[in-house]
Order: sequence, then C-alpha cells, then structure tokens
Amino acid sequence: MSEPLIYLDNNATTRVAEEVFDAMAPFLREEYANPSSVYPFAGPAAAAIAKGREQVATLLGAKPEEIIFTSCGSESDNAVLRSAVKTQVGRRRILTTCVEHPAILNTCRDLTQYAGVHVDYLSVDSQGRIDLDEAKALINEDTAIVSVMFANNEIGNIYPIRELSRLAHAKGALFHTDAVQAIGKVPVDLQNDLTDVDFLSLSGHKFHAPKGIGVLYRRTFAPFATYLTGGHQEKMQRAGTENVASIAGIGKAAELALLHIEEENTRVKALRDKLQAGLVATCPDAIVNGDQEHRLPNTLNICFKYIEGESILLRLWDRAHICASSGSACTTGSLEPSHVLRAMGLDYKALHGTVRLSLSRYTTEAEIDTALEVLPPIIRNLRELSPFGREE
Amino acid sequence: MWDYTDKVRDHFQNPRNVGVLEDADGIGEVGNIICGDAMKLSVKLTEDKKRIADARFQTFGCASAIASASALTEMLKDRTVEDASKLTNQDIADYLGSLPEAKMHCSVMGMEAFQAALADIRKKHPEYNLPGPATEEGDDRVVCECFNVTVGKIREVIRLNKLTTVEQVTYYTKAGGGCGGCKEEIQKILDEELGQAAQAEAKPQATPSPIAQTIKENVGPLTPFQKMRMIQTTFDSVIRPGLQDDGGDAELVDVEGDKVTIRLQGHCATCALADKTIEHWIEAKLREQVSAAITVTAVK
Repeated sequence: MSEPLIYLDNNATTRVAEEVFDAMAPFLREEYANPSSVYPFAGPAAAAIAKGREQVATLLGAKPEEIIFTSCGSESDNAVLRSAVKTQVGRRRILTTCVEHPAILNTCRDLTQYAGVHVDYLSVDSQGRIDLDEAKALINEDTAIVSVMFANNEIGNIYPIRELSRLAHAKGALFHTDAVQAIGKVPVDLQNDLTDVDFLSLSGHKFHAPKGIGVLYRRTFAPFATYLTGGHQEKMQRAGTENVASIAGIGKAAELALLHIEEENTRVKALRDKLQAGLVATCPDAIVNGDQEHRLPNTLNICFKYIEGESILLRLWDRAHICASSGSACTTGSLEPSHVLRAMGLDYKALHGTVRLSLSRYTTEAEIDTALEVLPPIIRNLRELSPFGREE
Repeated sequence: MWDYTDKVRDHFQNPRNVGVLEDADGIGEVGNIICGDAMKLSVKLTEDKKRIADARFQTFGCASAIASASALTEMLKDRTVEDASKLTNQDIADYLGSLPEAKMHCSVMGMEAFQAALADIRKKHPEYNLPGPATEEGDDRVVCECFNVTVGKIREVIRLNKLTTVEQVTYYTKAGGGCGGCKEEIQKILDEELGQAAQAEAKPQATPSPIAQTIKENVGPLTPFQKMRMIQTTFDSVIRPGLQDDGGDAELVDVEGDKVTIRLQGHCATCALADKTIEHWIEAKLREQVSAAITVTAVK
C-alpha cells in the first residue's frame, strides 16, 4: 500500500507490537517442541508458557495458576457461562446486560434455548449506564452467575465491576466480567481491588498480541467445569496442545501493556479528547455517545445526524485511508443498527450516523490532525446529499 | 470488506445530479430515516411530456444507496417516459456493474423512487396521460410493518429478480429484516409466486403444539381454564422461541379474560420496534392460535 494507513479502529483489533513478534518468532521456527514432551528440547517451549502465564498474571494482579489460556475472548466467555450452568446446581438464572458483546448475548441465547436457563438483561440509560439498584433487584438465590462487561466495545463505557461483583457474591452467585476491551487501557487489579471477580475474559489481539489467543482468569477455588475435554493441558481445564508462540506473544503484550497503561490514560486520552473536541466544534449536530465520565481513554463514539455511517467510513478510507467503525445497519451486516445504541434509545435520526474512532499507543498527533482535517468536509458533503436535516 | 465495483465507488464519490428541482413535474419519496435509507427524486419532463428532461436526487443511506440514486438519475435523463417506466432495479444494478446481494434493496429503492415520482406526476397532471404500470388489487397492503413493504413490492421484486428464499427477499426489500414477524407471510407470497403453495413448508415454530391442537379440536367455546392454558402454551411454544431467535424474550405476566399482559425482555425490551412486535406478531399469533378477541399489552 503506497499511502500511509491511519488506523483508528483499535477496538476492532490492534497491530502486533514488534517486541511481541520477536518474542513469538523462535516458537514458530526452531523451538517447535511440544511443551509436554520429556526431552530437554521441550524445555524452552514449556518455559515460554510458564513465563507468558506469569506476565499475564502480573498484568491482572492474579496468580499464575489462575490463568487459563484459550483461543479467544469468545471461547473464554463461552467456557464461563456454560460452566456456571453446570456447577451452580439448582440455580437457573443468568444476569447480564443488554449491551454485552455477542459472545455473551448469543451464548445466553443458546443456554436459554437448550439448557432451560432464564436470562435477565440489565437495561441501560441514554448514556449506556446501568443501574445498580436494578442489578440488586434482579440478583437472587436462583442466579447462577452475573456476567457484565468491564468496558463496552462500542461506546467505551466502563461499568462498576467492583460493586456488581459484590452484589453477586452477596447472593451466592458467581461473577464474571468480559474485560476484552478494558485490558491494556485501564488498570485491572484482581488481587487488591476486584476481589469479588471470579472469572475474567480477555483477548490478545486487542492489546497488540496476535489473534487466536485469549485468557480465562479463574480465581482459585471458583467452581469451574471445562467444556473442552481432552488432554491434561491447562490443568485439565482446557484441553489442546498449547499455542506456544501466541502464549509467548500475549505474555510480552501483557508486559508492554503494563508499561504503557499510564500513556494510554495521558497521551492517548489527550489525543482522543482533542479529536472529540475538534469534531464537536467543527460539525454541527454531532453528538458524543456514552458515559463521558467513565469511559475508555481511547474510544470516541460520535454520531452525525442526518447521514449514514457506512458512507462516512467509505469516504474516510478513500480520502485518507482512515480505518474506523460504525454502528449503522449497513455496517453491522444486518438491517438493524447496533444493539448497544438501540438499547440506549438513541434518536433514530442519529442512530445510523454513528462512527467509532478508537486509538492506541501507536496513534500519533499527526494522524489525529489528519482525521480532524478530513472528517468535517465529509460530513458536510454527505449532508448536502441527504434529504434530511434542512427543515429543522 | 466493501465489495463495490469501481462504478459504484465513482458514483458514490462523485454523485451526479444531486439536489431538488424547483420546477419538478413530480417528486418521489421512498424510505425513511428510521429504516436507515431514504431517497427523494424530483423529475422534470420535456415540453411534449414524452421525455425526461431532468432528474435530481437526495439520498440518506450507505454508499450503494447514494450510487444507485446517482446512477438512476443518469439513466433517466433523455429517456422517454415509456421507456423509463420499464426500468427495473436490475437495470440500475447492471448500470453500476453489480451490487452486493445484501445491498440490492438500494437499487430497489431507486426503482421505487422513480415509480413514486411517476405516480406523483399522474396525480398532479392527469392531463399528461402518462402510461403507467398496471397494479394488482391489494398490492398496496403492507406486509412488513417494520420497513413498510407492500405485497406488490415483494411480488414485483420476486418476479424481476427470480428470488426463491425469504432471505433473498429481505436482501432486496428489507422485508422481514426487523422483528421478523412477517417471514411466514413472505414465504407464502414466495410459494404463490413459485407455484408451490400446496407444498408450503411450515416453519416448526408456527405449528400449534399438540396440547393447543387437542384443546382446539374440542368443540364448543373455550372455558376460561382452557383459554388460559392455550395462551400459556402458545406463549411458551411459539412466541418465546420466536423472540429468542432474535435475541429477545418475554414473560407472561397476567391473563384476564381476553386481556393478556406481557413483559418484553432481552433485545425486545429495548428494541425500537417493540410496539410493532407486540401488535403485529405476539397479538396476531395469540389471535390466530387462541381467540380473535385477544389484546396484548406490555408492561415494563
């Protein structure tokens, strides 16, 4: 590609860090041993897994033995919910939110249809916030598990995990959080802060590790029943020969995430804020979505009334090779706009014109300046094409 | 990834004939902002009213909606009205090279906008004696309430594009893409169009449960107990699975005579189309399976 790419879609995935690639490379070349083998040739592979486990544990404030490697965030989410239905004998309800990732929503749906589980969904207000009183009212002795995302992938809202996990434990329910979007962006401390979290899912490719590697954190003694049966790997909690290279990669990525968490919340956040302020100032009828007080530092979800998101994205690409996402129907692959924005009750005039811009530590100020230069004329021009927004 | 031809991209990046004609003979408006795409087409005829002198558009929608509208205006200019009135959505797609199947409804919107503009001219200027397409009786009955799609449009699109599945009809017209309550009816229309009405394959969830069937086969009016039981059965075996298919759910709160109170859950509770779901699907199902007198209200 000749033109430089401006990647503002880091909630979709992230680039693999050079250091991560270097940490992985030996295990894709000469160190190809099966880590379970007995001869010394298997030593480096086994050591890489132990190291990766330690690095991920350090990032989370967890113990290494509480880390289970999986193939992705969705697998971790599936494992937890399906396990809870098995281990929490006599409890037939799951509590989650209506703004979860499909990995949770569709697993709940599956359990509803095939395991006779009843799922309660916490509603959200116009800023995507949940109500702790509603959660309190819905958690009872029949609740097997409460699963609430740490941070929302579309609008970036950070949810009150500490309070929710306490409410769950008060009624004897397990607590899980899908922290796929939060890892590397906000500090997570399971040792001293979030002591009532039993399970946590994360995914490597959201913080500069490759795709195809995830983690399920399981607090010591939290009841768990595996659904991937087979060999003895991961202490029989998740069978399958370990993805050695990717484990080395996610370990390195975790180490780097810890080093850069400060930068995410200062430099990256300042760039996001600059982008937001610039767009709001230059584009009339632009509304920032989500809870601006409790939001990921890298995420901006903004809607431009009277125009449609996919056309904004295509123009962004064609003008400056800017990558972003939209919650509009035309980009979700269905005819309905994003379930998160609908749950927030967003005005339909705005719903189809949402754009999500998500930054990373690789985002530069020059890239944000280019976005600020390119986007406002695109919005103006598409509005000139639109039959709406004139009469009001 | 976008799968657009160079021509679609060109018409999207450099749309032709944008705007509104102040002295238009007719204006066609289709779609709406809630559905996610809408188009306004103004058409001006030549002095002799035989040809299209000018056409301008405004579109709210994705790249292919904008490109389809731009292409349509180019195709209309200088064409005879008679010739133009035969334009189909496929002609628009062909002009653009092609459109991804899931985006074919954009070309249908273009075709419809022109038909609406022609209808507007006929209404405003009956003296022009414009040729018009024959419409079948009952064609304007709305099948898909969510996206306001009529029987006539579904039939026309099935015929023009040789569609065979409900999914395709949704791609081309959006019908069935909202609450999904009309999918069975779309299937019936398809069956009729395909001449297979006899072997129509009923979806499993539409089949009354054995209990409901037994009760229904009992002659005489339903006792309050039987009615309640049938409502419960229909609710559990038809309505909840249907809602669950769309990530939603519902709870039966109370039954008092013919008044059924429910609570929508999951996606349904927050869906902007919830009212439609209740009115056109849940209530219709209960009326069909239990009693025509049933009314459904939802509580939070």
